[in-house]
Amino acid sequence: MKYELVAGFETHVELATNTKIFCSCTTAFGGEPNTHCCPICIGLPGTLPKLNKRVVEYAIRAGLATNCEIAEISKMDRKNYCYPDLPKAYQISQYDKPLCEHGYIQLSNGRKIRILRIHIEEDAGKLVHRRGDTLVDYNRGGVPLIEIVTEPDFRSVDEAKEYVEKLQTIMRYIGVSDCKMQEGSMRCDVNISVRPEGSEKLGTRTEIKNMNSITFIAKAMEYEFARQVDLIESGEKVIQETLRYDDVTNTTSSMRGKEDANDYRYFRDPDLVTIHVPGELVEKVREELPELPEAKKERYISELGLPESDALLLTKYRKIAEYFEKAIEGTKTPKTAANFIIGQIFRSVETESEKEEFDVSVSAENLNELIKLLDSGKIRMNLAKSTLDKMLETGKKATELISESDMGGLDENALNDLCRQAVEANPKAVSDYLAGKEKAVKAMVGFVMKNSRGKADAALAEQKIIELIKK
Amino acid sequence: MSESKIVQLHESLVKKEISCRELTEKYIGAIEKDNAELNAYVTVTADEALKTAEAVDKKIASGEEIALLEGIPMTLKDNISTDGIRTTCCSKILEDYVPIYDATVWDILKKQNAVLLGKTNMDEFAMGSSCETSYFGGAKNPHNTGHVAGGSSGGVASAVGGNIAVYGLGSDTGGSIRQPASFCGIVGLKPTYGAVSRFGLIAYASSLDQIGPITTNVEDAAIVFDAIAQYDKMDSTSRGRQGSPVYDSLKNDIKGMKIGIAKEYLEGIRDDVRQAVEDAAKVYQSLGAEIVYFDLPSLKYALPVYYIIACAEASSNLGRYDGIRYGYKAENYKDLNDMVKKTRSTGFGEEVKRRILLGTYVLSSGYYDAYYKKAQNLRGTIVKAFKDAFESCDVILAPTVPMTAFENGHAVSDPVETYLTDICTVPVNICGLPGVSVPCGFNAKGMPIGMQLIGNTFGEAKILNAAWQYENAANQFRAAGFGVKL
Repeated sequence: MKYELVAGFETHVELATNTKIFCSCTTAFGGEPNTHCCPICIGLPGTLPKLNKRVVEYAIRAGLATNCEIAEISKMDRKNYCYPDLPKAYQISQYDKPLCEHGYIQLSNGRKIRILRIHIEEDAGKLVHRRGDTLVDYNRGGVPLIEIVTEPDFRSVDEAKEYVEKLQTIMRYIGVSDCKMQEGSMRCDVNISVRPEGSEKLGTRTEIKNMNSITFIAKAMEYEFARQVDLIESGEKVIQETLRYDDVTNTTSSMRGKEDANDYRYFRDPDLVTIHVPGELVEKVREELPELPEAKKERYISELGLPESDALLLTKYRKIAEYFEKAIEGTKTPKTAANFIIGQIFRSVETESEKEEFDVSVSAENLNELIKLLDSGKIRMNLAKSTLDKMLETGKKATELISESDMGGLDENALNDLCRQAVEANPKAVSDYLAGKEKAVKAMVGFVMKNSRGKADAALAEQKIIELIKK
Repeated sequence: MSESKIVQLHESLVKKEISCRELTEKYIGAIEKDNAELNAYVTVTADEALKTAEAVDKKIASGEEIALLEGIPMTLKDNISTDGIRTTCCSKILEDYVPIYDATVWDILKKQNAVLLGKTNMDEFAMGSSCETSYFGGAKNPHNTGHVAGGSSGGVASAVGGNIAVYGLGSDTGGSIRQPASFCGIVGLKPTYGAVSRFGLIAYASSLDQIGPITTNVEDAAIVFDAIAQYDKMDSTSRGRQGSPVYDSLKNDIKGMKIGIAKEYLEGIRDDVRQAVEDAAKVYQSLGAEIVYFDLPSLKYALPVYYIIACAEASSNLGRYDGIRYGYKAENYKDLNDMVKKTRSTGFGEEVKRRILLGTYVLSSGYYDAYYKKAQNLRGTIVKAFKDAFESCDVILAPTVPMTAFENGHAVSDPVETYLTDICTVPVNICGLPGVSVPCGFNAKGMPIGMQLIGNTFGEAKILNAAWQYENAANQFRAAGFGVKL
């Protein structure tokens, strides 16, 4: 029998506000343990939380970017449980009145992943195990989070991967989070069940907690899917439980069963007042939203005529898109800029964060100048490419690297001379060409390009050389 | 006649009839003499008090003007956080806890050079009506030490009633300011929810808690309230005082004021108490006020609503005492869970544990709707009933407590019976209204009786005006045989 995967995501995204959700401590990552703390975020007796307005604004931004409705009236609730990393023994979160609801993210296969809700809450501290001791670091305690919950709409691991990447891209674009999975600023829980293909009924689900890499998410889902199918095939039952994924052994193991599930005793936090989100605020946030990656990509394809693969690469990071848009200002063919960026400039950015920052040695203005030289016919493509490499190396402007004499094309006579010289200097290539090796002409074109310092029109040179040989 | 103690002392200080140091030393001396019997203070801060007193004397000597509360010896209930001074909530679990920040109310008073004599006794985490659930033993009634001072702010009431403090700040969640004030024959004001910042008040039940003054007379209560009722950005539920200082209208004529009485408030009340309240109504009539009667059938829901909501919030608020970061930690434990369990089992007293269990129960899945949710709905019903009542009257007159101070040991022997004695005070907290308890007589055994004036939201000015007029016409304050004789 064939089985279908059914999965849903709960994703925690740390918001990039400067200060924590209920106090004015910094949200900066790292720091000496327990130095980004105050009486409020370590929950000293008598302290009270005060909601950071930016957190609400960021969450609204996230909600709008994922097509959610924003609740006019919302509130904070207490989720009670006892763990050393939670200094008040309750997490301030949102239970039955989340800030955002009923959104979706569309995948490339056209399917919409429905977003059930997005709510705001505080992060917990973390436990550090050292030489048999367990220590607690509350630096992360009180850092604002949004939790994005989807419906069980995923039918394949590829869809899940695309969703996580899309979510990451969107959140970064709108500036609400850096979504660095390795630093924990984005973490995913996945609910998984399987059912016979064609069946409508949902199977028993398990939940894999706290995964912090797309690769692990994919591997864990594949493993868990196979595990559940095996169980069913061998006549056993899937038990509803919470699992952890071990990336070393590539297996999942049980953290706790259904019967051990916490009773969180949610109730409204009496220390915090009702959150009113006026329609004007929502509209203001909506107006300030940047063009989202999906819309940008479509525009690059339809208006700029870029192939989809290029459009995708250029829109994945907001700064790259901004760079590209600056580089093509007033130029003739956007594809040229796309080629330069993807073919040459991308070589200088390797890591995710380098791409995110896109702080490259050639400024968008300088690339724009180079393209304009090309557009105006003052230089040819070959020279432009080699110049761009030099620009990347030195950070200099194109006009500093190309001398006046190199500017402008080669006149007809000079080109004819060079072509003649090329044929005379390469008898072997000539005979090879005449013997049918058409590629041999390239060596002679190369001679022309080299001796014209890239100014010659390669196509024209090739044509002339062939004419000369055939004479 | 009504006389302000704070104003009198202020004038003595300004006129240099007494130095602030002398005044402070008198109070410290009286604490040394009488506290053993009253058990009002759990921490005495004599050195700090004298330091502040000297600073005030310097100001006076240099001819600088001083504020009304400047140099006046006072006390704080031991659930109000004081930077560098231990704040125990009279619990073993916080026995050695020293806060690293000041509660907003103390920050305000400290800046006015209030002379803090020490921290006063209370029921553990403010849970109790006799002060006897205190880890340090209960505070005694200055009118008869065989009786309790009441609770939970029993220490403040005992200290102020016994004149080992001029005034104090208590907290009131279900009557914890008004009831001990009534038992000790003094004045206690529970302000409107949000009038005074809760920042730094160690929480019992966050939606009900409110800090307020305990004083010997109404004028002092007005002075202290005006000082502390300020908007505080650290407390999201804070609103500050609305309108003019209550002092401005304190002595206004009350001719034509409508004073409401609900018969439900007088049911099950001891005869001597009911008589005293009815006599007070007559005083009001003689002052030209009009007595109007109204029904308050939803009053019967107030107690269960209060105990469900208060315990639910407490069960969450007290979850943080786990021995990990501060406070008491049990010894000899197997692992983390065992440590937390032993710390809480041995660190909390019986009453606190009872309320944590009750609160945990009413919030649990499967019981939430039957208890907590229902209580929240009924809370709305009671709020509406009081709102309606204030359509027909300006203030409500009621007993503060159905009886006078319990004998020592009586309250803790039957917790449920003791819960029932909160019937007259809890509605004010449920509705977030202001209420003040004013002495209105003594029973045959010489124990003080208190009456309560309840106002509409932010109606402190009206109830204090009515309270002052009564006090001025029929002052029932009697000094007890303790403390400073000036």
